[in-house]
Amino acid sequence: MAKEEIKVDLLKGGEFLIKESDPQIVFIPEDLSEDQRMMADSAREFVEKEIWPKLNAIDKQEPNLTVSLLEKAGELGFLSTAIPEEYGGLGEDFNTNTAIAFEMGASHSFGVSFAAHTGIGTLPILLYGTDEQKKKYLPKLGSGQLKSAYCLTEPTSGSDALSAKTTAKLTEDGKYYILNGQKMWITNGGFADILITFAKVDGDKFTCFIIDANSEGFNRGQEENKMGIKGSSTTALFLDSVKVPVENILGEIGKGHYIAFNILNIGRYKLCAMTTGSAKKVASASITYANERQQFGQPISNFGAIKHKLAEQAIKIFVSESATYRVSDLINGKIKELQAKGSRYEEAALVAAEEYAIECAMLKVFGSEVLDYVVDEAVQIHGGYGYSEEYPAARAYRDSRINRIFEGTNEINRLLTVDMLMKRSMKGRIDLIGPAMAVQKELMSIPEFGSSADGLLAAEYKAIQNAKKAVLVIAGAAVQKLMQKLKDEQEIIMNVTDMMIELFTSESAYLRTIKLSGFKNTQELQPYIDMTQVYIINSMEKINIYGKHAITSFAEGDELKMLLMGLKRFTKYEPINTTKLRRAIADKLIEANKYCF
Amino acid sequence: MKIAVCVSHVPDTAAKINIGSDSKNIDQNGVTFVVNPYDEYAIEEALKTKEKFGGETVAISLGGDANKETLRKALAMGIDNAVLLKDSGFRDSLSVAKALAEEIKTQGAELVFFGKQSVDYDSSIVGQLTAELLGYNCISVVISFSLDGNKITCEREIEGGKEIVETALPALITAQKGLNEPRYASLKGIMAAKKKEIIEKQPVAAQNYIEIISMKKTESKQAGKIVGTDSSAVPELVRLLREEAKVI
Ligand SMILES: Cc1cc2nc3c(=O)[nH]c(=O)nc-3n(C[C@H](O)[C@H](O)[C@H](O)COP(=O)(O)OP(=O)(O)OC[C@H]3O[C@@H](n4cnc5c(N)ncnc54)[C@H](O)[C@@H]3O)c2cc1C
Repeated sequence: MAKEEIKVDLLKGGEFLIKESDPQIVFIPEDLSEDQRMMADSAREFVEKEIWPKLNAIDKQEPNLTVSLLEKAGELGFLSTAIPEEYGGLGEDFNTNTAIAFEMGASHSFGVSFAAHTGIGTLPILLYGTDEQKKKYLPKLGSGQLKSAYCLTEPTSGSDALSAKTTAKLTEDGKYYILNGQKMWITNGGFADILITFAKVDGDKFTCFIIDANSEGFNRGQEENKMGIKGSSTTALFLDSVKVPVENILGEIGKGHYIAFNILNIGRYKLCAMTTGSAKKVASASITYANERQQFGQPISNFGAIKHKLAEQAIKIFVSESATYRVSDLINGKIKELQAKGSRYEEAALVAAEEYAIECAMLKVFGSEVLDYVVDEAVQIHGGYGYSEEYPAARAYRDSRINRIFEGTNEINRLLTVDMLMKRSMKGRIDLIGPAMAVQKELMSIPEFGSSADGLLAAEYKAIQNAKKAVLVIAGAAVQKLMQKLKDEQEIIMNVTDMMIELFTSESAYLRTIKLSGFKNTQELQPYIDMTQVYIINSMEKINIYGKHAITSFAEGDELKMLLMGLKRFTKYEPINTTKLRRAIADKLIEANKYCF
Repeated sequence: MKIAVCVSHVPDTAAKINIGSDSKNIDQNGVTFVVNPYDEYAIEEALKTKEKFGGETVAISLGGDANKETLRKALAMGIDNAVLLKDSGFRDSLSVAKALAEEIKTQGAELVFFGKQSVDYDSSIVGQLTAELLGYNCISVVISFSLDGNKITCEREIEGGKEIVETALPALITAQKGLNEPRYASLKGIMAAKKKEIIEKQPVAAQNYIEIISMKKTESKQAGKIVGTDSSAVPELVRLLREEAKVI
């Protein structure tokens, strides 16, 4: 069912707020072709056979183990799926890479080494390198002969990455830059052969360099003693007058921030695929354990409290997966559209990733928080055994936490979501003002007590359309009232982002279920309907709460009253028996003895 | 040398199986199908043999369109060609063997690998029947295989030990777990497999001598009983084992 044709009416970045999507053109994981599935299966086998039996040894950082596993992954082709064929790669499309990322996500520390190498370690060269740089590095990065790291963070610059202090100074003969400074928290720092490193030329021009680890003056720090992902190498790096040839500048002098931020867009979206993939594996372990563990003369999966957890894990995973593939395919579609117009893959990928930067930031937040929820409940379902290293829940719990911190903390990503949306609106790339005014007008009018709609998930459809209005009204009012001061009201921004995330993910689940209704029979479809309903009803509650927090922090008097009334109207949803639905979902999981959607 | 490997497409052993409404088939709803696990050893051995001695490998599967997935997997692992003997009706083991033997003959394969059994119907005789029909030497339940000129030396698993046997080509080998560690399809293999064609053929017709009357699920095991937690419970345990369970 893979669709090669170019989609005409692609949803633009951020447009989900004001536009409807046609379920038939939304990509869902069930649309993956047989080849794409085979590739994902191959990745799963790799993780199961090569990584899982060695998780303890990896976590102990047994010498050379991660390096040899990366090389093995390279041999099998996993490091080169995103590299075009002309540079020795497999040139697979974005959706195939998504499917592989889901599987690799379940490989704990190795997944982090893998993602750093193939993502932030390779993509800067692929997307910004000159032809010579690409020819020199990409084939070796793809085969695993060279390992890479990405060095942005410094001891005094984390979230505020542009305040980096590392300097680069041109030598008198004009052939080299001399780099001085310190990098911090660098994944693969202990073994990387090349380092994508950011430094400031003449103290202010933020620039990206490729450093060879054999250079004189380059030194690695000790391995950090971490809470989780203990098997991934994380070190400080010291640059003491490291000589870097001028031809190793990546991109342009003074334009390093484009590289830093655009690469992160793709990284963020990938992180969501990987965390969701990891969550599937953890959920499966939870279900199996709950079926095996007997208390009070029966499996604990019989208990309502446990069923609730199993169902919630599955619902969140289902939603996250739906949203990830939706964005994956938007990016994929945009790349294909631009390529059809004559762009090179590299340019197309950059433009496409930038187009959906808002969605990527939302996914990063969502995916990392879904995994945290799933691992937390996994430990709980395992009881005391969840606290033991003999079971997989403990490692999953420790390893999940980092995802809310790196690739931009979740706070930074929440701030960025609204910031990017506002910038887009100001630049006229998306018309938020028109629709926001229309909703304001609707608020003044008498609400229609229309007939209750019927059809599959009709109430949910209505709820989603209304939720869009709720977000528009509140965000619009906040912008109007606070103008430039909004950026100092981070709490409101967080609330608006959280509303947007609930909305985007709800809609993604809805679209997938509707599309599935085209080829699943009633019995097969039922759990998807159930999951969608439970999720959306929860989201409406959450949107209502976030909305209230936002409104009450900036509005007063009549405006406050009007906005609260509008919020109530736009998040109204007939309560349903979600306990019954969750139980039905849990029963499916219990029967399958694993995550099965 | 031409090497054939026969593969079947079976429900994932982890899948929960329900009986279909006609009670003669399983309910395939929601069941994932995979390459028969023993056939993976057969594929691996065929590939290893080819890597050592050269030649050509062909995978053959009898069944419906869904079996293409298993054939595609064999191709992705490195098998050169694939043939689907397209037939979706029920065939007993002999009828399956007749269809496969005919195709092996057409292919001119001198060395044939099978899994020792297919984990769906578990009859464990299709390999042996096929060898008989072809007039090939047959060694079953093999855990080690080596070829030297015309001579084949195998280790077979037998109760409590193993047996070393020799035979000569043409031969048919059925693979047991332990024969090798099957490789998994590399991404490059999958890409290469995409470009290969699966040849569809009509299998020869053959009469069934066995008919499935009905399928039943085994009763689930009764819960265990804990008699006590220290040595004082031993007499009671012995009594129960003797009188109730009647095992001592
Ligand atoms: C295991 C690990 C691996 C890593 N790998 C890499 C790597 O390979 N390459 C690399 O370059 N970096 C890497 N990092 C660094 C990582 O990206 C940073 O830790 C992260 O960006 C946060 O920076 P910080 O730690 O300095 O925290 P800070 O920026 O000091 O943040 C502290 C807290 O303040 C919040 N905060 C900061 N600024 C704001 C603001 N403006 N508004 C509201 N809240 C704010 C943050 O959200 C956070 O909660 C890694 C980190 C870890 C722990």
